[in-house]
Amino acid sequence: MSEAFRMRLEALTALASKRILVLDGAMGTQIQGFALEEADFRGDRFPDWAIPLKGNNELLNLTRPDVILDIHRQFIDAGADLIETNTFSATTIAQGDYDMQGLADELAETGARLAREVADEASQELGRPIGVLGAIGPTNKTLSLSPDVNNPGYREVTFDEVRAAYEAQARMMAPFVDFFLIETVFDTLNAKAAIKALLDLEAETGVTRPVILSGTITDASGRTLSGQTAEAFWTSLSHARPWAVGLNCALGADAMRQHIVALSRVVDTRIIAYPNAGLPNAFGEYDETPDQTAAHLRDWAESGLVNVLGGCCGTTPAHIAAIAGAVRHAAPRQPATPGPAMRLSGLEPFELAS
Amino acid sequence: MTEASAAQRFVNIGERTNVTGSARFRKLITAGDYAAAVEVARQQVENGAQIIDVNMDEGMLDGVEAMTTFLNLIAAEPDIARVPVMIDSSKWEVIEAGLKCVQGKAVVNSISLKEGEDSFIQQARACLSYGAAVVVMAFDEEGQADTAPRKIEICQRAFRILTETVRFPAQDIIFDPNIFAVATGIAEHDNYAVDFIEAAREIRATCPGCHISGGLSNISFSFRGNEPVRRAMHAVFLYHAIPAGMDMGIVNAGQLDIYDEIDPELRERVEDVILNRHDGATEALIEIAERYRGQKGKVQEKDTRWREAPVAKRLEHALVNGITEFIEADTEEARQASDRPLHVIEGPLMDGMNVVGDLFGSGKMFLPQVVKSARVMKAAVAYLNPFLEAEKEELGTQDQSNGKVLMATVKGDVHDIGKNIVGVVLACNGYDIIDMGVMVPAEAILDRAEAEKVDIVGLSGLITPSLDEMVYVAREMQRRGMTQPLLIGGATTSPAHTAVKIDPVRSNGPTVHVTDASRAVGVVSTLLSETDRPLFLETTQARYQRMREARAGGPPKPRLTLDKAREKRFVPTTGPAPAPAWTGVRVFDEIDLADLARFIDWTPYFASWNLAGRFPSILEDAVVGEAASDLWRDTQAMLQKVIGQTWFRPRAVVGFWPATRDGDDIRLDSGETFHTLRQQMVKDNGRANFALSDFIAEQSDHVGGFAVTAGPEADTLASEFEAKGDDYSAIMVKALADRFAEAMAEYMHMRVRRELWAYAPDETLDNEALIKETYQGIRPAPGYPCQPDHTEKETLFRLLDAGQIGMSLTSSFAMSPAASVSGLYLAHPESAYFAVGRIEPDQVADYAKRKGMSLREAERWLGPVLNYDPDEVRALADAVA
Repeated sequence: MSEAFRMRLEALTALASKRILVLDGAMGTQIQGFALEEADFRGDRFPDWAIPLKGNNELLNLTRPDVILDIHRQFIDAGADLIETNTFSATTIAQGDYDMQGLADELAETGARLAREVADEASQELGRPIGVLGAIGPTNKTLSLSPDVNNPGYREVTFDEVRAAYEAQARMMAPFVDFFLIETVFDTLNAKAAIKALLDLEAETGVTRPVILSGTITDASGRTLSGQTAEAFWTSLSHARPWAVGLNCALGADAMRQHIVALSRVVDTRIIAYPNAGLPNAFGEYDETPDQTAAHLRDWAESGLVNVLGGCCGTTPAHIAAIAGAVRHAAPRQPATPGPAMRLSGLEPFELAS
Repeated sequence: MTEASAAQRFVNIGERTNVTGSARFRKLITAGDYAAAVEVARQQVENGAQIIDVNMDEGMLDGVEAMTTFLNLIAAEPDIARVPVMIDSSKWEVIEAGLKCVQGKAVVNSISLKEGEDSFIQQARACLSYGAAVVVMAFDEEGQADTAPRKIEICQRAFRILTETVRFPAQDIIFDPNIFAVATGIAEHDNYAVDFIEAAREIRATCPGCHISGGLSNISFSFRGNEPVRRAMHAVFLYHAIPAGMDMGIVNAGQLDIYDEIDPELRERVEDVILNRHDGATEALIEIAERYRGQKGKVQEKDTRWREAPVAKRLEHALVNGITEFIEADTEEARQASDRPLHVIEGPLMDGMNVVGDLFGSGKMFLPQVVKSARVMKAAVAYLNPFLEAEKEELGTQDQSNGKVLMATVKGDVHDIGKNIVGVVLACNGYDIIDMGVMVPAEAILDRAEAEKVDIVGLSGLITPSLDEMVYVAREMQRRGMTQPLLIGGATTSPAHTAVKIDPVRSNGPTVHVTDASRAVGVVSTLLSETDRPLFLETTQARYQRMREARAGGPPKPRLTLDKAREKRFVPTTGPAPAPAWTGVRVFDEIDLADLARFIDWTPYFASWNLAGRFPSILEDAVVGEAASDLWRDTQAMLQKVIGQTWFRPRAVVGFWPATRDGDDIRLDSGETFHTLRQQMVKDNGRANFALSDFIAEQSDHVGGFAVTAGPEADTLASEFEAKGDDYSAIMVKALADRFAEAMAEYMHMRVRRELWAYAPDETLDNEALIKETYQGIRPAPGYPCQPDHTEKETLFRLLDAGQIGMSLTSSFAMSPAASVSGLYLAHPESAYFAVGRIEPDQVADYAKRKGMSLREAERWLGPVLNYDPDEVRALADAVA
């Protein structure tokens, strides 16, 4: 790891031992706020692409970098210590929807570079460290679930394909990011493929970046889409020895709390949480105000549940500013110290004390 | 760890989804009948397998494809996929293919040093990168280890490489030191079981954090085709290997025998073989083995014998052995012999389950067997259910409810038999049961409890992690401000754990451990009885407090013997107060409510609404101020009606009697006695060890007594409000009546001091000073710290003839009407309140004798202040005798 990366990581880790760190808010819903048109997405480079491109947010890294830079900077100014690259779907698998597999590497690299640029510039100006999290999304395919209800053994994609897509994405981002963030994990096996990719990359290139994991409890069942409880999710991925683990998306803070509590009781590293701004209304908009979100998260902070807090869908720079105001001075959670035991999991956790 | 708890933790790995171990499974897989193969996995989990071993090592199969197909299929079955998978193959490519299919954290079975260190390290690293635990076989470049020293040496070497070179977490390493067949006729094999057991012990001791597993069926390989002998060998082997450190095993979860239930002759000879106790052991076993062959397990073998036992014994046998075949007939027979269908559950069925519980608790039964017992119990209860319903209809009790009880097995635990029994028994006793089933998250339990306004929450659990989950539920109840009693039950729970870990995290409601289903009705009815509840909770609290102190390590605080405490009694420095102008009993019933209202201490009133803070500053409080002010406004409005329309008719009866001190008692000249209790704590400040009698002189003194009540009107008014659905006013009127009763006690005490007894005729104190009790003399009440014995109210009520003002006592010595106060008057200038604190057996025995009570009865009423556990003391005494 180069000196700059090492020093920044040390600074952020030291900061995290003193207070709760603030992560940025939603990229997707912020982009919607710019009311971009098909032409914005196509730019000069893809005027004749056969498929409509509106909605391919990662493509904006190439065609409207100004928008992405602007959003990053707004979140930093709102108080974010950590920002996420605009690379959630910058994989060969996810870009398949737009027939842009061939651009996946470029989208990942550019997205990571943009975030690095704005973070370094702002860090100089503001005199505080700003970390860049290389966002690795779940892709649009699941390794544990069959898309065909009549054929439960069928899989649309293989572990090796997913692993390879992630490895390529990580390879392109590595020179620019401080952490890899495997996020919105709704199928734990996809995340295991991502971890395998990062470990393989590390073994091959020697590049090490700490990992942050964030799962998604999809609904009131209290499970991930692939059926695991929060604890089973953590057990499945603990071999990544992550810098932090937690949950994001799908739920607002209110509904997410109990699952963060569950993780907080067993996780021996930091806890990260970035819920949505409540649940979407009938028009798919998020109504929870910055004050409401911040009030929930203040309770989490004061209850000693978390180390990193931010926002997912529907959270604006105003939300992040309110969250930062509410939690920035709260003491960070102390990691749990579970006794020595073999911990396994299926959909549910299993423990055999040593 | 005790042997019993080791057996309870023993992890059963299902072996039926293994083509090398199960002919049936092999046929299904080779025929491509994956749907049926998936059912085999499901049965394994249903039978109690906590992990399922999947093995596709069959020459005719494409192992990679078979493993992938099967694991992908079971991933779609939530009741199978909930447990972890053990990916079992001797081919690395099959293992790796399996690792790519499971989202959970799996176990790889196995890797070894067979091909040397390089490939071992490489495979271990790969396991780590996929996130899996590993089974390491005791196999090295030289071959498979057979003797204990070889097993130990290889495992220790592997452990070093894994933890030091690969940084593999020690707790994720499982050693399989090879279970080999014994009784093969080859002398070198005779010690194989002993080798395994010895190696297991040494490996666990020298490789900290690791686990030991093995394939159980190998041990009995030489008795193929003789299932009863094989099963006996498995049971005996586990019985010895588990305490040595074997904490997992690949077993047929549906077929485990119970050590105690094996035919003694067979067990003896099997044990000789397993432990290699003499040279002729194999021969001796072979000699009798044929007798058992062909009997499909001991069930049929004992068929004729156990069917001849009385019905209760038959039910017990069926429960212990998990036999459903005759359960309906036996249950019916037991029902016909009982007065009520419920008695079958409370009697023979529960007795049988207690046997199961004892066997499990002592490590002689395993989880899968308990699961089978539960199934039998469920069948019996299901059979009885229509009869129970019919009886309810007959008695017309189907719509009555004595209270609502919510029950759930906590998250992470799937065991529900005890809970189900409790549910049935409670339902039969007229309680509404909400049974949320198993694996219920804390949030769901508490949301439902709040939504349904249940009276009691009951948690059940069988496995150790459930204990932590119960603590969490209790903590969440505290956070949410839920005050319902929390009941704790289930095999791993204990009074000690409840006392030390669960009870202390709640301050807003009681937490009670229930030993077994037979106690549930008693505990629930007591908790829901306004009169019985206080004494029960105080006694329970005192017991838990003793357990906490014992646990905290400190020996029980030293106490003085009663004789020593008496030597240190309080000796007054001045003479007694002057005699009252009159003696005997007088009634006071013309009391102006407006006058009385001035004596009300409002702080406890707000406390009764769970609003904490002193009056009047509570009205300005940042947190509760608004709520308190609203309540205060409504209260003032009701208070005006109470006074203006004379809602309450407070009455009092006061008596003075000539009395003298007689040891620790107060003896009236009439011969009646007020008994008092003496402090036995060791005091290092030179203070005396008080008893109330110390404040009475040995000659020509007096004692007073009183009983006051706000009147029965309050209860009537409250019922009227409740009938109108106005709970708020109902509670308010009761709370106000309580305040008036207390005010009445304060008011009468003032009149006693100034004019009735008149020992302080010149006293001038304002209300604030009254509340602070700065006046001369005390009015201790039975059931309070100065005299914790409620039964003393009986004497008091009799002497005062409290019935003349409409007051009476319930069977548990609670006063009726509820808004009442009673106590003694002691006038001595040095008299002061104190707390008796904990007392010793010597005083309890002495007190019981003075009161003419049995020791047991005295212990019951003094439960909250005993410095010992009467049950333990008696058990000890019995043991000595």
